[in-house]
Amino acid sequence: MSKVLVVTSGKGGVGKTTTSAAISSGLAMAGKKTVVIDFDVGLRNLDLIMGVERRVVYDIVNVIHGEAGLNQALIRHKEVDNLYVLPASQTKDKDALSEDGVGKVLDDLREEGFEYIVCDSPAGIERGAQLAMYFADEAIVVSNPEISSVRDSDRMLGILASKSRRAKEGETAIKEHLLITRYAPDRVGTGEMLSVEDMMEILAVPLLGVIPESNAVLQASNAGRPVNLDKTTDAGQAYEDAVARLLGEERPMRFIEIEKKGFLGRLFGRS
Amino acid sequence: MGLLDIFRNRTQDPSAKMAKERLQILIAHERAQGQHRAPTYLPEMQKEILEVIRKYVHVEDDAVKFEVEHNEQYELFELNITLPEKLEGTQRRE
Repeated sequence: MSKVLVVTSGKGGVGKTTTSAAISSGLAMAGKKTVVIDFDVGLRNLDLIMGVERRVVYDIVNVIHGEAGLNQALIRHKEVDNLYVLPASQTKDKDALSEDGVGKVLDDLREEGFEYIVCDSPAGIERGAQLAMYFADEAIVVSNPEISSVRDSDRMLGILASKSRRAKEGETAIKEHLLITRYAPDRVGTGEMLSVEDMMEILAVPLLGVIPESNAVLQASNAGRPVNLDKTTDAGQAYEDAVARLLGEERPMRFIEIEKKGFLGRLFGRS
Repeated sequence: MGLLDIFRNRTQDPSAKMAKERLQILIAHERAQGQHRAPTYLPEMQKEILEVIRKYVHVEDDAVKFEVEHNEQYELFELNITLPEKLEGTQRRE
């Protein structure tokens, strides 16, 4: 049984690609044969975050147009077993992706034995975003504790519930997960940032995880390594928890309380 | 920051609270307008209702129409079934 998972948000810059990279890596490290697909045609970036940018030869548009086979386009991750990347194309043609074409690629990936197919959605609600979510079985809605991001997440939830294949064909609805990123417990403590509880109350979607605001995310993207490959970082551990929950494990939320600063930390103002 | 601020309740400062209140009002409004979040069981229910109807009369897939209307006080659920003109396979009891 393979599952199609979309990582979406509506708003840009909230951490969709970082999340797609981390979740797909985590699933693969948990032994699941996983592929992560970049749906951001024209502005691909997943390849950079995954560190495979120099190995892109063919992309999903080539596959859909029959210019390359699926196995020619799939990039096997060198560091993580069971993990493959299917890049987006850099074409400016907005209609490069078609519903039938994407459906066929997903079917072929299922046949190849992929257990998880992670679709990294572009921002917005245009064609790329719609196709990324259309075939999904589950959705991870990425949201920052920030007013416009929460609003866009709600819009996206509405679209998932009405415009997806499952909605249109009357099947059971897409399973929704909320993933809060860039969370700063100290700012929540001072009342200048929406809390986990606030966001859950507004969006009413089960919480998959809370990723703290962390230097590790920028460092990981600089290096082209999914952030959870380094198990010592806060963000990496938070993503690992999220992956475990996705696989059905119950884990307490971490990194949502204010970290107590040690004596030296207080002295120098660094945590 | 004034001296008094130090003693103020720091758990819910105006700005996050304001964000939450604004979001709640806005999202309630947007959901009502676009029916963004019709109940998730709707498609399934639609399918089952269709199956029940088909036990008695053959109707097309699009013969059953659902509308959900949100209002400030209530949600209105409207179900519209178009029966075929000729009622085949049924007997008129008259």
